[in-house]
Amino acid sequence: MSQTTTHAFDAAGFDALLASQSEPDWLTTLRREAFEHAEAMSWPERRHEEWIRTDIRTFQLGKFGLPVLEPADCDLTETEPLHQLVEGVALGGRIETVDGCITKESLDEDLAAKGVVFGSLSKLAQSHPELVRPYLFTAFDPDHDKFAALHAAFMSGGQFLYVPRGVVVDRPLHIGSILTDGGTDTTHTLVVLEDGAEATLLHESNSTDAGGAGLHLGSIELVQKPGSNLRYVNLQEWGHKTYHFAQQKAVIDRDCSLQWTIAAMGSSLSKVNQSVDLVGPGAHSQVNGVMFTEGRQHLAYHTLQHHKAESCRSDFLYKAAQQDKSRTVWRGMIKVDPAAQKTDGYQRNDNLVLSHHARADSIPGLEIEADDVRCTHGSTTSKVDEDQIFYARCRGFTRKEATRMIVTGFFQQIFDRITIDSVREALGAAIARQVREYE
Amino acid sequence: MTHVLKIEDLHVSVGDKPILRGVNLTLNHGETHALMGPNGSGKSTLGLAIMGHPGYEVTSGSITLDGKDVLEMAPDERARAGIFMAFQRPMAIPGVKMADFLRHATTNVRRPDRKEGEELIPMREFRKELREKMEHLRMDSEFARRYVNDGFSGGEMKRAEILQLAMLQPKFAVLDETDSGLDADAVRLASESIADIGHQKMGLLIITHHDKLLEHNPPDFTHVMLGGRLVETGGKELAEELHQHGYDRIRKAYPDAEALNQKLLAEEAEEALA
Ligand SMILES: Nc1ncnc2c1ncn2[C@@H]1O[C@H](COP(=O)(O)OP(=O)(O)OP(=O)(O)O)[C@@H](O)[C@H]1O
Ligand SMILES: [Mg+2]
Repeated sequence: MSQTTTHAFDAAGFDALLASQSEPDWLTTLRREAFEHAEAMSWPERRHEEWIRTDIRTFQLGKFGLPVLEPADCDLTETEPLHQLVEGVALGGRIETVDGCITKESLDEDLAAKGVVFGSLSKLAQSHPELVRPYLFTAFDPDHDKFAALHAAFMSGGQFLYVPRGVVVDRPLHIGSILTDGGTDTTHTLVVLEDGAEATLLHESNSTDAGGAGLHLGSIELVQKPGSNLRYVNLQEWGHKTYHFAQQKAVIDRDCSLQWTIAAMGSSLSKVNQSVDLVGPGAHSQVNGVMFTEGRQHLAYHTLQHHKAESCRSDFLYKAAQQDKSRTVWRGMIKVDPAAQKTDGYQRNDNLVLSHHARADSIPGLEIEADDVRCTHGSTTSKVDEDQIFYARCRGFTRKEATRMIVTGFFQQIFDRITIDSVREALGAAIARQVREYE
Repeated sequence: MTHVLKIEDLHVSVGDKPILRGVNLTLNHGETHALMGPNGSGKSTLGLAIMGHPGYEVTSGSITLDGKDVLEMAPDERARAGIFMAFQRPMAIPGVKMADFLRHATTNVRRPDRKEGEELIPMREFRKELREKMEHLRMDSEFARRYVNDGFSGGEMKRAEILQLAMLQPKFAVLDETDSGLDADAVRLASESIADIGHQKMGLLIITHHDKLLEHNPPDFTHVMLGGRLVETGGKELAEELHQHGYDRIRKAYPDAEALNQKLLAEEAEEALA
């Protein structure tokens, strides 16, 4: 998009971004700090454990412009609202964005009347600073690396969901994010659930062009107060020349429950850090991850389940299938602090490699400092079995149908854990679309 | 026109190891053939070659269905043409429910021209038929919701194969030791069911080491395989003889074939050790 190329990720671009936002001083201060840090930081070194398997030499920030700063400048000609995750679902509210810029937002009146807030993060930071300021950047660490710092400095648009104490949002909320070819999205998603609140947020991202280039420098912060219950789903199908760098983190307190489902299908290169901090006793988090790659895609997910309080449960299951010359990296860590006795931690990564040239790296890890815990981890990597394919073909399935069925079966364990019908169906369809014939 | 599955001078190798050395067999629609023979003689190999397993290379000879070249067809085309095999060792497909698997399979086999992505048999209609067939086979309805052969007991797998036979209603079926792993009651039930499904309605090639499955499916012909060849063909009484007295007479009568059989078995044992 022509608009995006006018400003770059540099000092002049930063000033232009500040000038275009009428945001509160505290936020500008956060940005300035982050920008200074970003300027001072170098790109991650290949030697660094987190980057050993992920080569970013092809990535050049200079090729991308800043996201669209004014909604009026958004090019909506080629965009159709996304709705895969919410087929046939009555929603409580929705946000549509193009290159990070909010083009539509709505929230049902009954929810607004109960004090639920759902809309543009940058606007709400002005109108509701008392809700945003205490939480923004509490889960997210802008100093994690240069990508995080750049995100913090240049974030624009963004979404904010706030659910007050005891309020149950009984219809799912939906975010549809579209990236245009060559576009940039620096969206920050902040979700805050007060004590005993409940919500379901379904977030899908797509590119206007399946082979589209683009940059997503994003972050997700999920903050849950005691006894709250969140279901968060993230389906990303970005174009196959898109770069995706993100920090995604939940901090969940006493007796909270979090079900977080991630389906990563798109992008050329993804490097995502996903973590859940369990900070109050009795918290429970379930994470379901699906990766399905093709071509020369490279998707790297580094997950952390950090037990900081006693008697918490965390259950992470990542399943990935790789086609062609693609590669996935999953590196998981269960960290148990000394105080986190009676921890029940589980992590597992299963891979189904569909081509001789594809590759799956799977590195589970445990760091346990408490003595009364139960932590299990596992990882498997298998190939599609020719005998399975033959068996299905003897029952009339074509090779492609057989492969699709076996791959779908491989992911079934994840589908079985997903409690939202429309999400299960959308993921099933997304996987089925991606399966190709191979020999 | 009655259908004919014809196997002529079939030679099959696995890798560079010859297993079948000139098999001739004509299976007419409505006939039941028993195929017997000691372990390692090549019975399963014949079935897998009929289905087109990519690991079993036909080095010479032919297989035709009503004159059409079966060797030209991919395994799924063979299935759609009406050829079926109940596997000695069926494969598990984790995460795929029996009912979903069978609905897709049944649709493809009944509508051989179906293109990928086209509608499947309507769910209601399919469920009804599946339920009836399962009741007939005295299978618990829970079975349809289990994953294909995943964690099935030996007997359950064989019953699932019979269910698939019942649903797919092929023209020709190879049943490879469908009686092994079944308890006495289950074998009797299987024998009855196969007679119900298959009698007069298909050509059956029943590979077995026992006589129970043949009780309700008296063979029109019995063939004995040894060393990759059919060395003898007789009627029902041959199956009875072999079941009662074993293969000693056959081994003595065909020393060359016996030597080949022993050689293959020895190689197999060697490979197992390696
Ligand atoms: N995939 C394979 N790889 C290597 N050898 C094989 C393979 N399949 C069959 N063979 C060999 O071919 C020979 C015949 O095997 P086959 O399974 O056809 O025998 P069978 O008559 O069915 O025996 P059984 O009664 O034990 O089932 C054996 O020596 C076996 O080891
Ligand atoms: Mg056999």
